[in-house]
Amino acid sequence: MQNLLRALVLVLGLGVTPLAVAALDAGLVSQLAFGSNDEKIAAIRAFVERGEASATPLLTALAEGQVQTSGERVLIVVDEAATDAVTGEKLASLPETRDDVIVNNRVRGAIANAVAALRLLAPQRDVRVQAVKELETGANVAMLPLVKRALEKETDAELKAALELIAATIQVKSGDKAARLEGIRALAASDSPGTRSLLGAILLKDKAGKFVEPDAEIREAAALSMKAVQGRLAWGERAGLLFAGVSLGSVLLLAALGLAITYGLMGVINMAHGEMIMIGAYATYVVQNLFRAYAPGAFDFYLLAAIPAAFIASALVGMALERSVIRYLYGRPLETLLATWGISLMLIQAVRTIFGAQNVQVENPSWMSGGINLMANVVLPWNRIMIIGFAALVVIAISLLLTRTRLGLFVRGVTQNRAMASCVGVPTGRVDTWAFGLGTGVAGLAGCAISQIGNVGPELGQSYIVDSFMVVVFGGVGQLAGTVVAALGLGLVNKLLESWSGAVIAKIAVLVFIVLFIQKRPQGLFALKGRAVEA
Amino acid sequence: MERRVFLKKLVVTAAVAAAIGGTPSVYAKDTVKVGILHSLSGTMAISETALKDVALMTIEEINAKGGVMGYQIEPVVVDPASNWPLFAEKARQLLTQDKVAVVFGCWTSVSRKSVLPVFEELNGLLFYPVQYEGEEISKNVFYTGAAPNQQAIPAVEYLMSKDGGEAKRWVLLGTDYVYPRTTNKILRAFLHSKGVTDADIMEEYTPFGHSDYQTIIAKIKTFASAGKKTAVVSTINGDSNVPFYKELGNQGLKATDVPVVAFSVGEEELRGVDTKPLVGHLAAWNYFMSVKNPTNTEFTKKWAAYAKAKNIPGQKDKPLTNDPMEATYVGIHMWKQAVEKAKSFDVDKVTVAMAGQTFKAPDGYTIQMDAKNHHLHKPVMIGEVKSDGQFNVVWKTKGPIKAQPWSPYIPGNEAKKDEPARMAAKK
Repeated sequence: MQNLLRALVLVLGLGVTPLAVAALDAGLVSQLAFGSNDEKIAAIRAFVERGEASATPLLTALAEGQVQTSGERVLIVVDEAATDAVTGEKLASLPETRDDVIVNNRVRGAIANAVAALRLLAPQRDVRVQAVKELETGANVAMLPLVKRALEKETDAELKAALELIAATIQVKSGDKAARLEGIRALAASDSPGTRSLLGAILLKDKAGKFVEPDAEIREAAALSMKAVQGRLAWGERAGLLFAGVSLGSVLLLAALGLAITYGLMGVINMAHGEMIMIGAYATYVVQNLFRAYAPGAFDFYLLAAIPAAFIASALVGMALERSVIRYLYGRPLETLLATWGISLMLIQAVRTIFGAQNVQVENPSWMSGGINLMANVVLPWNRIMIIGFAALVVIAISLLLTRTRLGLFVRGVTQNRAMASCVGVPTGRVDTWAFGLGTGVAGLAGCAISQIGNVGPELGQSYIVDSFMVVVFGGVGQLAGTVVAALGLGLVNKLLESWSGAVIAKIAVLVFIVLFIQKRPQGLFALKGRAVEA
Repeated sequence: MERRVFLKKLVVTAAVAAAIGGTPSVYAKDTVKVGILHSLSGTMAISETALKDVALMTIEEINAKGGVMGYQIEPVVVDPASNWPLFAEKARQLLTQDKVAVVFGCWTSVSRKSVLPVFEELNGLLFYPVQYEGEEISKNVFYTGAAPNQQAIPAVEYLMSKDGGEAKRWVLLGTDYVYPRTTNKILRAFLHSKGVTDADIMEEYTPFGHSDYQTIIAKIKTFASAGKKTAVVSTINGDSNVPFYKELGNQGLKATDVPVVAFSVGEEELRGVDTKPLVGHLAAWNYFMSVKNPTNTEFTKKWAAYAKAKNIPGQKDKPLTNDPMEATYVGIHMWKQAVEKAKSFDVDKVTVAMAGQTFKAPDGYTIQMDAKNHHLHKPVMIGEVKSDGQFNVVWKTKGPIKAQPWSPYIPGNEAKKDEPARMAAKK
């Protein structure tokens, strides 16, 4: 999104600069560069009132911190090349002494609105869409002429409706009662949180409990419109919460899936499961660095290479672990627990020695930053959408692998009756290794996904091991479907509680709930019917 | 060469002898040990590792200039691993086994609270370099970071001002431990005194290492659309800041709509974050790397050269300094000056000599240790995040201001004395 915006700025900038030779008002420009914040805002307003679109490059440069002064002169400096802000001519060389023009949030907000207003008349539709979005709440009376002109010229129905809402917000801010009433009524059609803010301001009470707005008629109209807007926004909030729950659920699911295989199917209590996740995350980090060093052009696609790399790295470590330690401990859960816990500490220390104790940075590829605007008040971040999709793919792949392939058949056979499977010629030892490798490899995939939303450090796995066991036990040991339901269920419950009671209490409440649940139903949500696995 | 080895052996033997002899005031000839107690792993490593490195740099610098009273400083670095009880254990080890003259360390208040009884019991000396919640003056601690009136309160006042956006509604968001809870208690009382009602304040806490900020940001968005300008005061500590700011950027909550002012986020914490969507969010500190003055230029250059020479990961490619690093640097230099004034490493004598020490600091002022309350007089600065991860200073105090460790906004503090309680009563 940000990049798109930047590209647009650039395109516009390039398009406008040749025209800008027509020169801006030197007085206003110097007021913008040297004046106090109040004076700066007044200058910005003046540009808007005159509808001077040629001021846009200067204003955006100011917001980006690219405006400098040298003596009396105001310069736009981009990549060591300066142009004069007033005349637009290019300077042959950069002057030695330059001062930055520093703008704060308040001025930057005014600039963003002003630039948006000046762009309402832009020929490209995307630019106008962006401008209209920006102005949803920030429009002021100075922009009315521009908005009116844009309304006359606008042919796109969707944009026209949005522009009418903007005109309405300006009317609400005006002094004329009839115009305000009209504006307020028109705003009932809006679905932006900014409108709620605007209408809410009319309904505020002061400390003595009296309304700030003296006119009862206006208050009534505002309350009516508010109700309509609130209703629409409430749906957005519910959708956002649902998404957050599913997103957390998908992370839990990815973390727990590997464990569902190693613990659920094979019965190995692998305390080093979290470290398999961590190894996957570090594998992603290594692949990212390789791409940065050797193929910076293809950096955006490093994740595609990181997914198999994470799987293979964790699977190899897992298989080595199975061959060297765990296979000697089958059927002795307590020893397995202690041995794998020791191994987890060793792995943490090994990573600490190789990569350092501090967190490492894993960057999102640009296509995973930002999000989609589902509704005015709900943004679904791309990285979380991708992880939900990824989790679904992994679940499908594993269930196909277990039910449709020869390896899957062997794994199920061995877990159900090892002796019989061995009798009919299944190489049980090798199947164990492959199955364990599969489980830890999936944990590596989880690490790859988690590296995109959280911190990557040596202790990464520690924070997921408890959650993973929780999900597998809650879902029912030995059941893939149980794991899926448990992960999504816990994710949703956790987020619901969080929005209601805060993150700390939510975490405690979920743990208490699981303890109580396991007391009542030790076999978990979905229990295997028939003969027990542990024969 | 051989002679040097021989000398080294002699020093080691002497040190062992001194340790076995057990007389704390006897030091190995020509070296003096100081402890460095910062988490080099765990959730706080993101912030604390740089403090360890800057301490080592300062010690190297002092040693190169002849040391303290002719003694070379020998740093003893330990890693308490973001584990609060381990802090106390490591502190005890430093004081009793290594017999260090002084300890520079801690970041979170919970770690400071954990080592405090150890320092008081063994009469050690701790320099604490991070802004904190106040409500404490120990005769065994010097606080070179800010008290609430040197950071939190001015930041909130700025957001209330016209230039800050005239915020009327407040979200107090923090990690769940003593510093955020106390700071928010002070801020709530302060906001009440400015006429803000409880309905306009939302308080939220997350556990250490929390990484999923979706619901919290959704909640902030809802809270912010109630007709009044809203600002967020963040006391989130450690590596949770990275997912928090990432989510903030992804959800499109812009600084022009809802500014977030943070008290524990500096240049170092923003290293791993794409700061372009965060432009305009604020931080309040007493020093920023971008501050322009000759002392700071020298300080940042020194740090860049040191990071390169020592091959410090991350720092060698992109050297960054921040407020607690500056406070560490100032603290070590002030300790050296006090030792030289007292002509002794004895904790009680150094403590007396610390009062009124001055130092020309990278923040651009000659700052002074208060004569009584063990806190530095510091200037307050408010910075806005730039797209390159640095800060633009948009507001600052005219000069250094005195710390008020006992906040006037907490009832019952009026009677408390602005100096450490006498230990004599205890003995």
